[in-house]
Amino acid sequence: MKADEITWVKSPEFGVMDQIFLPAIFTGLVTTLTHMGSTLFGPKKDVVTQQFPEQRPHLPANYRGVHRLNRDDEGRVKCVACYMCSTACPAHCIDIVAAPSPWPDREKYPEVFVIDELRCIYCGMCEQACPVDAIELTTLYDLTGHSREEMIFNKEKLLSVFDKTVAMGTDPIRTTHGRLGVASEPASSGVTGSSSMQT
Amino acid sequence: MSLEFSLLITVALILAVLGCLNGGVAYLILVERKISAWVQDRVGPNRAFYGILQPICDGVKLLLKEEMIPKYVDKIFFMIAPAIALITAFMALAVVPFGPTSPSPILIDYRQNSPTYELAVWPSTKSEYDAVIDADRSRALEKKSVSFEEQIKVYNSRIQFVLAPHVDIGILFVFAIGSLGVYGVILGGWSSNNKYSLLGSLRSSAQLISYEIPLGLSVLGVVLVTGSLNLERIIQHQVDHGWNVLFQPLAMVLFATSIFAECNRLPFDLPESEQELVGGYHTEYSSMKFALFLFGEYTHMITTSFLMMTVFFGAWHLPFITDPNDFSIFGIALKFAVAAGKTIGFIIFYMLIRWTILRFRFDQLMHLAWKIMLPISLASFTVLVFIVHFKPIGQESIWLMCPVSLAILLASGFIGIRLSKPTAHATKSKVPYLGHGTGYSVQHDSKIRLESSSR
Ligand code: SF4
Ligand code: SF4
Repeated sequence: MKADEITWVKSPEFGVMDQIFLPAIFTGLVTTLTHMGSTLFGPKKDVVTQQFPEQRPHLPANYRGVHRLNRDDEGRVKCVACYMCSTACPAHCIDIVAAPSPWPDREKYPEVFVIDELRCIYCGMCEQACPVDAIELTTLYDLTGHSREEMIFNKEKLLSVFDKTVAMGTDPIRTTHGRLGVASEPASSGVTGSSSMQT
Repeated sequence: MSLEFSLLITVALILAVLGCLNGGVAYLILVERKISAWVQDRVGPNRAFYGILQPICDGVKLLLKEEMIPKYVDKIFFMIAPAIALITAFMALAVVPFGPTSPSPILIDYRQNSPTYELAVWPSTKSEYDAVIDADRSRALEKKSVSFEEQIKVYNSRIQFVLAPHVDIGILFVFAIGSLGVYGVILGGWSSNNKYSLLGSLRSSAQLISYEIPLGLSVLGVVLVTGSLNLERIIQHQVDHGWNVLFQPLAMVLFATSIFAECNRLPFDLPESEQELVGGYHTEYSSMKFALFLFGEYTHMITTSFLMMTVFFGAWHLPFITDPNDFSIFGIALKFAVAAGKTIGFIIFYMLIRWTILRFRFDQLMHLAWKIMLPISLASFTVLVFIVHFKPIGQESIWLMCPVSLAILLASGFIGIRLSKPTAHATKSKVPYLGHGTGYSVQHDSKIRLESSSR
C-alpha cells in the first residue's frame, strides 16, 4: 500500500453543542423515535422479526447445522474411513470403526460412523478435513430429541440426513458451489479416482 | 380543631396504590420490552393474546420457578436483600402525591401587631393556642377572609391522594428512604459471594452516593423558591406561580440525570451492566427473589417519575384543563388523568433514553457527577439565591433563572472544551499523533505529517 493511498480520518472536534450533551441527546432521541415510528406505522417489511414457528428462516447455505454423510453416485457412503475428521474434531465427538471396503475402488469404508451431536460444537473442522467431501454440515438447525441416546447419530441416520437435504434442495455450500475438494474431481486430474470414474 | 386522620381512607388508599403498583410494574415490564422492540425494528412480545397477558405469564413463571440459593452465599443477607430493595422502594412512595392534593392550612400568629408571621412553634399550652386561634378568628371577621378553623374544616372534608398527607419533610423523606435502597443492592451483591456481583454492588454504592449530591442540590432551588419541603405545598406553589420547570430548566435537567443514576437506568446502569458483569448484584438470584429486585427497580422508577412531575411539572396541574378549585368527581378524575399522563410520559422518556445513550464508563460516570453536575448545580443554586434575595427586576425576577440556566449550561460547555484541549506541551511533542492503533509502521510522508500536525 502506497502512502498516498492512505486517507487519514480525523476524529471530529468536540464542539460546544457536543460538550453540553443535551443537543446530542436530542438528536439521538430523534433517531430512536424515527425507528419506533417506522416500526409502528411504517411498512411491514421494515420489521426484522421472523415469527419463528410459523415463519421458517431461510438460512444461508454455509450455515453449520446437523451433519450429513454424503453418498456417491451409486448411493454408497462416500467416506473412506481415513479418520481425518475425527482427528481434526476439537470436541472428539466423531467415532469411526473402519473395515475393509466391500467395493474394489477403495481400501476402507466406515463400518460404524457415529457423531455425538450433543458434544459437537458445530465448528465445521470435520468438513474441512475430509479429503473426499464425505462429511458436510447442513442448514438443518432445529435439532431436538427426547433423550441423549437419540442425539447420537449413527451412519444410517447421517445418510438419511443426506437424503432428506437432497430432497429438500438445501444442499450445503460446498455441494451447491459446484467445486468440491480435489478428491472429488475426475481421476484424469491425477488424484485418487472417485467411484463414479471406475464404473 | 386539628387535622383529621381517617384510618379507613388511608388503608383504602394504601391497598389501591399497592394494587395499582403491582399491576403497573408488571405492565411496565411489558411496555419496556415493547418499546425496546419497536426502537430496534422488532415486533416484541406478541404471544399470549397479543402480549397483553405476557406479564401474567411472566409472574406465574417466576412464582413457580425453582428457587436456587447457592451454597456459598451469606444466607441471611442474601434473603433480606431483595426485601430491603422492595420495602424502601415502597416506602418512598408514601409521601409522593399521585392525585389531587391541597396543602394543609397554615396557622398564622396574628397576636403580634405587625408584621404577621407563620407560627414557628406550635403553641405549647391550651390557653396560648386558644389565644392564637382567637386572634386568627377576629382577624378573619375583620378582613372577611376564611379563618384557620374553617380552612381546616374544608381541608378535612377533602380526600388527599397521597398516602401520608402533610408530611412537612416530604421531599427529604423520599431522598432519605431512596438512599436506603442502596442497601438492598449492596447486601445482595456482597452476600452473593461472587466477584461480579460484588463489583456491581460496589460500583452501585459509589454511583448512588455521588448522584445524591446533584440530586439534592437541584431540588434545593425548588425548595428555596417554595419555602417548604412539603410536596403538597410545592404543588400549590406551582399552581399559583407556574411550573418550576419554566424557571429552573437546568435544575430539571440535573434532577432528571441524577434520577436516571439513582434508578440504575441505562446510561448509568453500571450496577447491572449485563454485558460486563453477567447481571451485577442479582446474578445469583432466581425465581421470586429476582422478581423482587426487578419489582423494586420499577417501583423506584415510578416513584421518581411521580417526584419529577410533582417537583418540576406541577403534578395534577395543567393550565386551562384542571381547575384547582374543582373537587367534583369529574375534576378529581381529570386531575388523576393529568398526573398519570405526565408520569407515563416520563416513564416512556426513561425507556427511550435507554436506547439513545450508551452506557458511561465508570470513570466517566464519576467525572460527570463530581466535575460537571456538582459545579453546575452549585453555580445555578448560588445565582438563584442571589435572585431570590435581591430581586434585581422586582417580583418576577425568578424568570431571570431561565437565561441564567442557559448561560451556565453554555459556559460549562466552553469550559469543558478548554479543559479537554491538549495542552501546549502535548501539541509540541516530537512524535506526531497519528490516531489510535498506529504505534507501529508509521509512514512519515508529508501528507500524514500535515494532517497530524494540524491537530
Ligand atoms: S463440526 Fe467440529 S465439533 Fe462437530 S463433529 Fe465436526 S469437527 Fe467435530
Ligand atoms: S475425513 Fe471424510 S473420508 Fe475421512 S473418515 Fe472423515 S468423513 Fe470419512
